[in-house]
Amino acid sequence: MNEISVQIKINNNNYERNIKPNTLLIDFLRDDLGLTGTHSGCDTSQCGACMVLHNNSAIKSCSILVAQLNNQEITTIEGLQDKDKLHPMQNSFRNNHGLQCGFCTPGMIISAISLFNENNDPTEDEIRKYLEGNMCRCTGYQNIVKSIEEGAKDMREKG
Amino acid sequence: MYNFNFHSPSSLDEAINIYNNSDDPKFLAGGMTLLASMKQRLIAPSDLIDIRNIKNLSEVIIDGESIKIGALYSHHSLSINEDINSKIKNLAKLANGIGDPAVRKMGTIGGSIANSDPAADWPAAILALNSNINTNIRSIKNIDFFTGMFETLLADDEIITSIDIKIPDLFDYKKFPNPASRYAIVGVAIAKYNNDVTVAVSGASHTPFIAKGLSEFLSENFSSDIPKNTVSKDDLNEDIHASAEYRANLIDVLTQQILKNN
Repeated sequence: MNEISVQIKINNNNYERNIKPNTLLIDFLRDDLGLTGTHSGCDTSQCGACMVLHNNSAIKSCSILVAQLNNQEITTIEGLQDKDKLHPMQNSFRNNHGLQCGFCTPGMIISAISLFNENNDPTEDEIRKYLEGNMCRCTGYQNIVKSIEEGAKDMREKG
Repeated sequence: MYNFNFHSPSSLDEAINIYNNSDDPKFLAGGMTLLASMKQRLIAPSDLIDIRNIKNLSEVIIDGESIKIGALYSHHSLSINEDINSKIKNLAKLANGIGDPAVRKMGTIGGSIANSDPAADWPAAILALNSNINTNIRSIKNIDFFTGMFETLLADDEIITSIDIKIPDLFDYKKFPNPASRYAIVGVAIAKYNNDVTVAVSGASHTPFIAKGLSEFLSENFSSDIPKNTVSKDDLNEDIHASAEYRANLIDVLTQQILKNN
């Protein structure tokens, strides 16, 4: 099987690599680039811990090949903050105790930003519905929803 | 996942040419089923042919009487398309009930139909609606398309390009989903054109099917006072999620719920 050359922009950095065609995005991020903020949970497209932003929308990096993303752009959890300043959604998760063990959190925050990009003033019901692809096994959904409500408010105010 | 050769053709002809020159190739659209199956090593194609860079496969064209939906149109795009939803109410609701938001971004209507999962949502809708599945070589009538469990009339080197749907007077779809997978334990789609009503069912059997008894009854008398158990439980699935009898009952219950809501 021939290696293929791909160009991909991740967190505003351009990468040009030769990869095996069966390289999943999650493995490329974690193993090749050392971007371990994106977590591999279920590896079956259920749990959402591996979510990244593609065209401002959350997708599951365990279920897409790097080869499918040639000449495209991805943002991971590491790409959200501005230098030392956390993204408002990250800040809101911190302020509202929106995490316990933290394993699902990168996916939750990516999903929350994806929701905001579609609907900048989501109701509690809309937030809960949108999180159907994100699982938290610490049963911390109350504070996750609260974090997203406040994070969305901060994002609206900061324009 | 076993390794494979990866191709990214920019035309249908190029895609078919690569297909015919490969050992055991597969076409890749959104990959929401294919990649998951490959990761589990249920299938190991020698070549993956990504068709997402082929132009004009994700267009939507609406004319007076019908809607043409490109095969690569995603469930998400469909769920937020006001033009489609204003012509066929509830099609967006169906799209918005598939998987979860991230899956709907990648998954496509053409991929879902080509995969012909017996518990998927689109097959029931496509069967109920007066529709045709267009490919690179022909147009296939909906009722001929689904031939079995994960089987369709498509030839190996045939690619769905679009789906033509005649705009109905009424359409609705309701499913009783498996709470974990969101796949239909039973899903019922009803489409009405004048007095011609079709009830199609997914999730209940090895392949989506038209419930003939219910369709005939509703074509005569469009009311929620339907005859019970017109679909025999003998033809239905039985598994840990639901008995065949329960599925037969769900068909009636979901049909009634749709009729009461419309």
